[in-house]
Amino acid sequence: MSIHVRGISKAFGSFKALDNVSLDVPQGTLLALLGPSGSGKTTLLRIIAGLEWPDSGRIEEDGADITDRHARQREVGFVFQHYALFRHMSVFENIAFGLRVRKAPKQEIEAKVNELLHLVRLDGLGGRKPAQLSGGQRQRVALARALAIRPKILLLDEPFGALDAKVRVELRQWLRRLHDEIGMTSVFVTHDQEEAFELADEVVVMNHGKIEQRGTPDEVFEHPATPFVMDFLGNVNLFHGRVEKGQAFWHGIPIDYPDYPHAQARPARVYLRPHELDIARTNAHAPNGLVTDDSARNDPAGNGSLPASVLRIARSGAIVRISCRPDGAESELHVDLPADTARDLALQPGERVAITPRKVRVFLPDPEYVI
Amino acid sequence: MPKPTITSANPLTERLLIAVAVGIVGLLIVVPLASVFAEAFAEGPAAWWRALAHDPDTRHAIWLSLTVAPLAVAINTVFGIATAWLVSRFRFPGRSLLITLCDVPFSVSPVVAGLALVLIFGRQGLLGPTLASLGWKVIFSWPGLVLATTFVTLPLVVRELIPVMEAIGPEEELAAVSLGANGWQVFTRVTLPNIRWALLHGIVLANARAMGEFGAVYVVSGHIAGATDTMPLRVEKLFQEYRTPASMAVASVLAGLALVTLVAKFVIERQLEAEARELEAARSLPDTIDGSGTPPDAGPRTSTQASIP
Amino acid sequence: MSTEITTTRAMRRRSVLPGFGISIAITSLVMTALVIIPLSVLALRAASLGPTEFLAAAWTPRARAAYAVSLGASVVAAAVSSVCGLLVAWVLVRIDFPGRRLLDSLVDVPLALPTAVAGLVYSTLYVERGWLGRFLVPLGIQGAYSWLGIVLVLVFVSLPFAIRVVQPVLESLDRDSEEAARMLGANRAQTFLKVIFPAIFPAVLTGFALALARALGEYGSVVFISGNMPFKTEIAPVLIVSRLEEFAYAEATAIAVVLLAMSISLLVVVNALQQRVARNAQ
Repeated sequence: MSIHVRGISKAFGSFKALDNVSLDVPQGTLLALLGPSGSGKTTLLRIIAGLEWPDSGRIEEDGADITDRHARQREVGFVFQHYALFRHMSVFENIAFGLRVRKAPKQEIEAKVNELLHLVRLDGLGGRKPAQLSGGQRQRVALARALAIRPKILLLDEPFGALDAKVRVELRQWLRRLHDEIGMTSVFVTHDQEEAFELADEVVVMNHGKIEQRGTPDEVFEHPATPFVMDFLGNVNLFHGRVEKGQAFWHGIPIDYPDYPHAQARPARVYLRPHELDIARTNAHAPNGLVTDDSARNDPAGNGSLPASVLRIARSGAIVRISCRPDGAESELHVDLPADTARDLALQPGERVAITPRKVRVFLPDPEYVI
Repeated sequence: MPKPTITSANPLTERLLIAVAVGIVGLLIVVPLASVFAEAFAEGPAAWWRALAHDPDTRHAIWLSLTVAPLAVAINTVFGIATAWLVSRFRFPGRSLLITLCDVPFSVSPVVAGLALVLIFGRQGLLGPTLASLGWKVIFSWPGLVLATTFVTLPLVVRELIPVMEAIGPEEELAAVSLGANGWQVFTRVTLPNIRWALLHGIVLANARAMGEFGAVYVVSGHIAGATDTMPLRVEKLFQEYRTPASMAVASVLAGLALVTLVAKFVIERQLEAEARELEAARSLPDTIDGSGTPPDAGPRTSTQASIP
Repeated sequence: MSTEITTTRAMRRRSVLPGFGISIAITSLVMTALVIIPLSVLALRAASLGPTEFLAAAWTPRARAAYAVSLGASVVAAAVSSVCGLLVAWVLVRIDFPGRRLLDSLVDVPLALPTAVAGLVYSTLYVERGWLGRFLVPLGIQGAYSWLGIVLVLVFVSLPFAIRVVQPVLESLDRDSEEAARMLGANRAQTFLKVIFPAIFPAVLTGFALALARALGEYGSVVFISGNMPFKTEIAPVLIVSRLEEFAYAEATAIAVVLLAMSISLLVVVNALQQRVARNAQ
């Protein structure tokens, strides 16, 4: 079942939750709606589920308009953020609920619920009450309950939001395997980019009720379409530079930027990802006594390199983060190196280095303005 | 639970405070309550039973109270559920006005409420002549008693339900809808089990008030012995006739009912507290509750152990 | 994200949760039939009297005396309830002692006990031969068929309101600030007056207003104990009833409207106070 969202708008009082949003979710896709809180992602999910009515626009399933179809008839499996398990029912009855209200035969319910309990690996826990389950177990009950009605679409609202870090990672991988097994069109909402990138086939980044970018995790990560996406993905060095005559300038280093051929100089935002920077020692006398001068080695883009001083070196898991201050700059610049590379380089605070970007992203503050 | 702190008073002051509090409650509440039973049984249980069972007017009053109160409570239950559902689940113009209106019967003197009903349904009232020509009697008859009793007990059920339903939130009901449940199924399978203790609490309180209502009922009843006298009115009638022992006998039945109400209230409140704690626990989502019930290979597990208090 | 299920705009379509239509039908029916129409009819009936006639009915010397007795006894009773209520609430919240839960339950008795029973039993307790009257009457304290009797039963019916409003606020009180005050050298009385009392004052005031509203409208218990002597121990609700029994509807209505106006203004005050209490609690 494919979903087509056509020009959906929704306001809560004066707050515009969704502003003319259109989106296609092809059959079998696992799609992530990624964005900060208030970006409209949950509202969009709830509108697809029929739990919220749009002010304007249409929702289609396989080309059929379902905008006016009540949530009860949409046959959508919805996993709520806090699971919304029926507190007074056992796990078994929670999962059976959708079948019971459809007046399914008893044996069929029994068989189906046991099958689902097995699927979500909660065999033997059918008699428990939701309050007697851990967060991860409740999440899986919610999922089984949504799957029991054989939905055409599965929607999940922050499915891992309430879980602790370790459970979250385990459940994520499990959910991905489950999706591959069932192959149902699924949409989930998250504010956690790691979750979106690891789990989804496609990621839709939302902000202020609009879609900023849509693409595979690779596309979104490698080619952020807007400064917002760049900022939201985070872990990035941001500098304010300028553009003129097809070049962007960052601390005097020219970078090719053919999108802006005009002669008039304009301020621009320059983004450098810490792991896309090379760093090399430039001081004649390293503390260990070795003489090095390999600053010329790292200049693959021909963009020149930036002289800087090392401030701090911090180990963070598999990478080492080196904080530097470029000459003449107020702000710091972070460089991430694989631990092995960093150990070989053996930089010390106070040393002089040359930093060379392998990849630079430039955004004009107001793209609308460019003619 | 109170715990000693450096601001706790010294033991002597504490004892004095306890004594004063017990004195206030004792003198104002316990002594009168005890004296009802003492007076009612002053001439022995046989006299007590005779006063109740051998007076046809008293028997009728007991029967009337047992009819009127449940009717009023039933109306209030339906009204309370409907109004609490509206207020806690929908946003609509006039919502806050509705909440305020729910409180109005609390602050209107029952006598004034009764008078208002007389002005509508009484012989010289707005609808009186029309009703009379149809042969319907509201004032000086049981329908008037039901209306008056419903008015004074109107806020009791709805006020119990609104905070509980707001605390629970709509998500479980939305989940039921998305799973295909219709309105009745949502109500009977999800909402009602969730609010049952709060509802029962409201019903118990409303029933107590309904059984004991005097002012509003007094005005609309016409005070006709053997016809429109409820138990509280019978207490007054017997008292006016200088039949205090009989009056006390009826009063003791009402007081006994009040004690039953208090016990029920106590039990229900403990259930409500337990439910509130459960709701809190459901919101807090512990990582694991206990690993013992989980099969070794039953899905993701964590090493973090937490337990629900 | 928004937890609001339905906005009025979406209501034009169907709401997602069921039952809006039937609920609003039930609520409107009951509310209109029982509250809005009766109170409107009362107001209209009074308005149809015209100002002079209204004053003549509502402002007779006997009626003025009845308002004075009602207001006076209610204010005194509400004040006594507030003070006693604060004390009892304090003991229930702050001190642990055997029987605390029993005391806590007994506080609810006036809510469950029919007021007629209370009136009956109070009047028998305080007469000369009653359990309490035999000690008090020789001292010249007339607890039955007197103004004092009215106050006594009004304290009985209003006490739970005064206690139950203050209790949760006392429970939620932040003990740290008290301890800080004590460590800064404030003595017990200073701590109470400067730290605790300002925090609970809105609740005490709300309790007072609720107790007052309850006392003003009370009829069942007072009618037993007051003796209902015009100009002395006749309260406004009793006067309404006696006018009604004389079929003087206009006069009864006029007095009822005055009483209603007092109650409604109290309701407004209580609402405003409760909003302040709610704000303080946050």
